[in-house]
Amino acid sequence: MAVTTSTPPDTQEPAAPPEPRRQKRSAANVWLGVIAWVVGIAFFFPVFWMVLTSFKQETDAYTTTPKIIFEPTLEQYEGVFAAGVGPYVVNSVIATVFSTLFVLVLGIPAAFAVSLRPVKKTQDVLFFFISTKMLPVVAVIVPIYVVVNQIGMLDNIWTLVVLYTGMNLPIAVWMMRSFFLEVPGELLEQASIDGAPLWRTLREIVLPIISPGIFATALICVIFAWNEFFFAVNLTAANAGTMPVFLVGFITSEGLYWAQLSAAATLAALPVVIAGWVAQNKLVQGLSFGAVK
Amino acid sequence: MTATLEERPAAEANVGGAAMIDRAEGWRRRGPLLPALIFTIIVTQIPFILTLYYSLQSWNLVRPGSQEFVWFSNYGDVFADSQFRTVALNTVIMTLGSVLIAVVLGLLLALLLNRQFVGRGVVRTLLITPFLITPVAAALLWKTVLLDPTLGLINFVLSPFGLSGTEWISQYPLASVMAALIWQWTPFMMLLLLAGLQSMPTDQLEAARVDGASAWSTFRELTLPHLRRFIELGVVLGTIYLVNIFDQVYMMTQGGPGVASANLPFYIYQRAFLGFDIGQSAAMGVVVVILTLIAANFALRLIFKSFSGEQEAA
Repeated sequence: MAVTTSTPPDTQEPAAPPEPRRQKRSAANVWLGVIAWVVGIAFFFPVFWMVLTSFKQETDAYTTTPKIIFEPTLEQYEGVFAAGVGPYVVNSVIATVFSTLFVLVLGIPAAFAVSLRPVKKTQDVLFFFISTKMLPVVAVIVPIYVVVNQIGMLDNIWTLVVLYTGMNLPIAVWMMRSFFLEVPGELLEQASIDGAPLWRTLREIVLPIISPGIFATALICVIFAWNEFFFAVNLTAANAGTMPVFLVGFITSEGLYWAQLSAAATLAALPVVIAGWVAQNKLVQGLSFGAVK
Repeated sequence: MTATLEERPAAEANVGGAAMIDRAEGWRRRGPLLPALIFTIIVTQIPFILTLYYSLQSWNLVRPGSQEFVWFSNYGDVFADSQFRTVALNTVIMTLGSVLIAVVLGLLLALLLNRQFVGRGVVRTLLITPFLITPVAAALLWKTVLLDPTLGLINFVLSPFGLSGTEWISQYPLASVMAALIWQWTPFMMLLLLAGLQSMPTDQLEAARVDGASAWSTFRELTLPHLRRFIELGVVLGTIYLVNIFDQVYMMTQGGPGVASANLPFYIYQRAFLGFDIGQSAAMGVVVVILTLIAANFALRLIFKSFSGEQEAA
C-alpha cells in the first residue's frame, strides 16, 4: 500500500512511542473538539438569535447594538396569533399530515414491489421514480396552474396534498426500499414454506423490522411538505395558504417589526426542526434517495 | 455501465426464490406497485407533456382568446432574450458555487465531527439545524437579522474592523443569496460525508496508524479515495436540489436589482405569474428541463453506479 512508503523511520522501535503520542493526540483532540463546538455554535447562532428576538419587545429587537439582556415577553406570539396565523397552521398541518399518509399508503406497497417481491423491471421503475425528481418544478408549474384553475381547485388545500404526495413519493419509495432490503430474504421464504399467508408474514415479521424506517421516511416527508413554498405561493391565497405563505404575507405587512417577524418565523420553523432532530440519523438516507445509510 | 443496469433484474428474480415467474405471478408482483406508479405518472409526467404543448403556443392569460399555435417561435424568443442568458449564467454560478463551497465546508466539518469529543451529539444537532429551518424563514433571517446594513449582526461583528455599513443585499445580491444557501446546505453535506467517514473500514486506518503514516498521507491515500463517491453524490444531490431554489431568491432579493440575482426558477415564475405569458414561460421550462436532463443523465448513472448495485449485493 502507498501509505507504507511514507513510513517515518522512528516507528522502527515499536515499544517506546505510543505513550507520548497518545497524549499529543488527545491534546489535539481537545482542541479540535473546541473548534467543533465553536463552529457548531456559529452555525446555530442565527437560529438562536431568531428565537431570542421573538421574546423581545420591538424596542429591544430594533437596536444597533444587539441586546442579550432584556425582559422576555410573549407579546409577539400573541400578536402573531391575533394576526390570524391559526388557519395557516391548520392548512400546513392538513397538507403535511395527509400528503405523508398518502405517500405511505402508496409508497409502502410500491417499495415492497421493488425490493422483497421485485417486479421484472425493477431497475427501470427505480430509474423512473428518481428521474421525476430531476424534473424542475418550474417546468410543470404553468400547466399545473392552468389545469388547477380550470377545475376550480385553486386556493384549495387538497390541491397541495396531491402535489406534495407526488413530490415526496419517489423519495419515499427509494428510501423505504433500502429498508426493505435489510429484511433477510430467508424470513419470507421460511414463512411461505410454512404456508403462512403473505399479508400475515408482512404484518408479523416484516413490519416490526421496517417500522423504524417507515417512521424516518414519514418524518422526511413531513419536513419537505411543511417547508414547501413554491407550489403554495403560486396555487393558494387566503383560504389554503400554508405557514410559509403566511410568513411572506406577514413580512409585507409587518416588515419593520423584527420581534414579531421572528416570532412568526420561529412558529413556522419549529415543527420541522423538531422532526429533523428526531430523524437526524436518517436524514441523509432520505435525501440521497436511500443511497447512503 | 449500461451492462450492469441490464444484468441486475435477473439476479433480483432470485430474491423471491422462484426461478420462473409466470404471468399471474408477474401481475401479483406488479399489483402493489401500480397505484404509486400511475399516481406519479399523472402528477409529474402529464403536466410536463402539457408544458411541451403550451410552449408551442402564443398564449397570454391577460388577453383571453389570444391562444394560438406558433410552433417554435417561443424558443426563438427565449434564446434571443439576453436577460434569459444572464439568468441562466446566474443559475449555474449560484448552484455550482453554493454546492462546491458547501461540500468543502461540509468535508471539514465532517472530519471535525468524526472524532471523539465531549458533546459530539449536541454539536451535530446544532450544526444540522440550519438545514431544517423552513427556507422562507431562513431567508428572512439572513435578510434582516444577519445582513441588514444598520442592525444586522454581520455588520455589527465587522464594525470593530472598520467594515461596517456594507449594504450586503443590494451591493452583493447574488453572494448574499449564496451565503444563505451555503449556510443551509453545508450541514447536509456534513451529514452525508460523516456517513461516508463512518462507513470506512477501521482496520485500514488502524494499519496505517501502526505503519506510522502521517495524518495527511492517511487522509490523502485512504480517506479521500473512500470519500470520493460520497463527495460525488453530494455534488449531484446538491445540484439537483439547488438548481430549483426559489424561496431564498424570492425572499431576499426578488431577483434584483434587475435580474442580477435571479435564477431560472424565479425568472420563469416572474414570466408566468407576473407577466402571465404562458407560452414563453413554458418554453423556458422546457429549456431548463433539457439542460437538467443533460446534467441528470450523468447524475443518475453515478447514483446507480455508486450505490444501488452495492446494496443489492449485500
